[in-house]
Amino acid sequence: MTTTFIIVILLLGFLITFQIAKASEYVSVMRGEERARKQNNRINAFLLLVFLIAGLIGVYYCNATYGPKILRFGSAASNHGVDVDNMLKITLIITGIVFVITQFCLFWFAYKYQESETRKAYYYPHNNKLEVLWTAVPAIVLTVMVGFGLYYWFRITGEAPKDSMVVEVTGSQFKWEFRYPGKDKVLGKKYYRAIDEGANNPLGQLWDDPANHDDIYVMGEPLHLVVNKPVKLVINAKDVIHDVGLSHFRLKMDAVPGTPTTMWFTPTKTTADMKRETGDPDFVFELSCDQMCGQGHFNMRGTIIVESQTEFDLWMAKQKPKYYMAFPSKAPDFIPGQDTTKTKEATAMLPTQK
Amino acid sequence: MSNEAHMHGHAEVITHHDVHHDEHHVHHHKETFITKYIFSQDHKTIGKQFLITGIIWAIIGGLFSVLFRLQLGFPEQTFPILETFFGKWAKGGVIQPEFYYALVTIHGTVLVFFVLTAGLSGTFANLLIPLQLGARDMASPFLNMLSYWFFFIASVIMFSSLFVHTGPASGGWTVYPPLSALHQAGLGSRIGMDLWLVSMAMFIVSSLLGGLNYIATILNMRTKGMSMTRMPLTMWAILFTAILGVLSFPVLLSGAILLLFDRNLGTSFYLSDIYVQGQILPNEGGSAILFQHLFWFLGHPEVYIILLPAMGMVSEILSVNSRKPIFGYMAMVGSLFAICILAFLVWAHHMFVTGLNPFLGAFFVLLTLLIAVPSAIKVFNWLTTLWRGNIRFTPATLFAIGFVSLFISGGLTGLFLGNSTIDIHLHDTKFVVAHFHIVMGVASMFGMHAGIYHWFPKMFGRYLNNTLGYIHFWVTMIGAYLIFWPMHYEGMAGVPRRYLDLRGWHSFNKFDDLNKMITVVSIIVFAMQLMFVFNFFYSIFKGRKVRTQNPWGANTLEWTTPINPGHGNWPGEIPEVHRWAYDYAKDGREFIPQTEPVGPNETSH
Repeated sequence: MTTTFIIVILLLGFLITFQIAKASEYVSVMRGEERARKQNNRINAFLLLVFLIAGLIGVYYCNATYGPKILRFGSAASNHGVDVDNMLKITLIITGIVFVITQFCLFWFAYKYQESETRKAYYYPHNNKLEVLWTAVPAIVLTVMVGFGLYYWFRITGEAPKDSMVVEVTGSQFKWEFRYPGKDKVLGKKYYRAIDEGANNPLGQLWDDPANHDDIYVMGEPLHLVVNKPVKLVINAKDVIHDVGLSHFRLKMDAVPGTPTTMWFTPTKTTADMKRETGDPDFVFELSCDQMCGQGHFNMRGTIIVESQTEFDLWMAKQKPKYYMAFPSKAPDFIPGQDTTKTKEATAMLPTQK
Repeated sequence: MSNEAHMHGHAEVITHHDVHHDEHHVHHHKETFITKYIFSQDHKTIGKQFLITGIIWAIIGGLFSVLFRLQLGFPEQTFPILETFFGKWAKGGVIQPEFYYALVTIHGTVLVFFVLTAGLSGTFANLLIPLQLGARDMASPFLNMLSYWFFFIASVIMFSSLFVHTGPASGGWTVYPPLSALHQAGLGSRIGMDLWLVSMAMFIVSSLLGGLNYIATILNMRTKGMSMTRMPLTMWAILFTAILGVLSFPVLLSGAILLLFDRNLGTSFYLSDIYVQGQILPNEGGSAILFQHLFWFLGHPEVYIILLPAMGMVSEILSVNSRKPIFGYMAMVGSLFAICILAFLVWAHHMFVTGLNPFLGAFFVLLTLLIAVPSAIKVFNWLTTLWRGNIRFTPATLFAIGFVSLFISGGLTGLFLGNSTIDIHLHDTKFVVAHFHIVMGVASMFGMHAGIYHWFPKMFGRYLNNTLGYIHFWVTMIGAYLIFWPMHYEGMAGVPRRYLDLRGWHSFNKFDDLNKMITVVSIIVFAMQLMFVFNFFYSIFKGRKVRTQNPWGANTLEWTTPINPGHGNWPGEIPEVHRWAYDYAKDGREFIPQTEPVGPNETSH
């Protein structure tokens, strides 16, 4: 009913506007086209000025309304995030100045130099000095921006520190899976043809590789990271391209099937810190898929907990390598006949970590 | 009056008759309805065909955006009417994810390629090249006709893909594989995707035929006296656009064909190590990133293919209506050239977060930000063109001013995204959507509107309704900023693009009011565009008649043709050109047409 109503209203508005426009055309013919044209010219020149003023007020108002909702400067939760925010600040200041000046000139000139009988247009085809000036100045400003940008870029994309913790992140339609290398700090080899979800091998780990035996597999619960400890993410995808988007850390990296990528950073704030800082007791670090990956793309969500080393160790101690789930008989605490319950226990423990 | 100017010329005016002698009889042969309006080889008719087809696609693409905006603005609401029209795609009046993604994909494809490439360059290159250069038609009118009909075939195929039972392509307009390569990956990756690729292949053929023709015509068929540096800036813009298209579209064609192979012939160009929907695929050794390189090698120049013609028309319109020469003509040409070259060297700035080598990325940052220099030159030159002018605010002028405003706003946000450091954070967020809609989408649309309002009298011998033109401009201008300006803030909050529902996200779910506002405004703006379309078709038949040959008092050659030029454009000889196109306000005269010989006492610029 409301839909029909809205459509009728729209149609009516449509019709009325059109009739007004048509009538105004007749009126202008009757009153003398030249006079009507001049009047239109004055009205539009005035409106351009109004648009400039209202627009600048609107820009201010928009910032006042939505500014508090963005990721504020200083809220970045990683070392790289601070760099990104700094670059953002530099760019905002420069572009902000240019924006105001050029928009002001555009609309002010339009208003000021509207057609008038008393003025003749000024024949001014070129001025080499001016041209050189506004080629050189942008070039210099841009050099500054490129300089800062590349400085930060290489800091962010440089080698991860030697003592980084390594975590593997794997995206697939439409979930995230994580793998920790375990005690040996080496991620075991894997091959996509070895993937067998029925046999407890969702990542295609090659069990011949002993480095795989202690790898910890996490899915459906948060990724745990240690505050102030660099972490290197090794990023994979199983089916289509996904993207590990960590907006609170200001980071992003594609997950490409067949081509592993990496990204490292140091989380500088724990989840608890962020809860305090934002005043939001439900705050959670979210991992969003930022590359179109199919119909569930918009819900491909993961969460991250950043905590102290002690908390992390406590959590890690409760994790069981996937190897023991695939081969329960290899588990150190294996008691023949009880393997199924053991596995159940291991899974049952997971939700309590939340 | 320009004919009079012609008379003042001396002996050399006569000598050029034989130059175009062999083209004289073109407009004499008998024309039927079919050869005149359907399989026409007249560049003006072909231009109109591109325009009207483009308008139809713009309505479809715009309607799609309204539909997905409904979902974004009112995710919790149901619209039973949608189920009536779209059945299972809007089950229970709720837009299904597959439907949503199909809508955004087709919206993007159609507006980028069919509206802002074919509809914009197709229309104005065809209409203006012979008219502004002083030629009877294109270098090859037949290829020109084929160019339109390949576009038509592409349109038919794309349109038919909307009706297949698994739906049209839905992997985004960039159709990245493996998503677009794997039938299992989603409904939109089935037959709809094949149709999309075939349609694009046809479209590329169309744009190549057109582009080669534009280049050949501009280089070879300028009338006597029309040296390259006397051409209006529209011609330069279209020349560079055509060069960009001819050099980059074939790369997309190769990308699309390899993708078709991967989809249907079992090759592994883009596929490797894939486990999809419980199935292990045999493909190994391909690279999904290869497609992105091929795609963006066109995709980035494509941005300028869309933007340059708009820039050219805006330069022309601003100069004519400021009654003042364009400031820095050579700098304008130079900056177009610089943009054209740089456009080829920046494609990987779309790929900063694909795992691209950071060292390589650094070069792309440098080259990308470098584009800001010629862009800045253009903006400053437009501003100086307005400065101390005597400006007439026709709807075309207003749209041209709107173009400059939007180009500034959207260009400046390009400095955020082109800088890889910031791009890491803002990549694939709503910030990107806001950026490219303002700078490429809406700005070029403004250029196109400006062009339509300005050259409508030449196309149809009638005027568009002026009052509606003003209303159209103001609603669209205010609407464009209301829609896209606040969207930057969503991006700065990290909201990813292509998310149809933010309710599942703690960090992103705080823009309810904003999204509602944007949706409402976009419906109003869309209704306004429909009003414009109505004005367009109404005015073709009922608009105020054009009574003077040169209604805008412009210098360029198209205004020396009769009000309704026939095939061949000039009934007599082709006019000769004696000066550049921008002698406005010179020596106390309001304007001096290009056909007027340089007087003995005239100052030189």
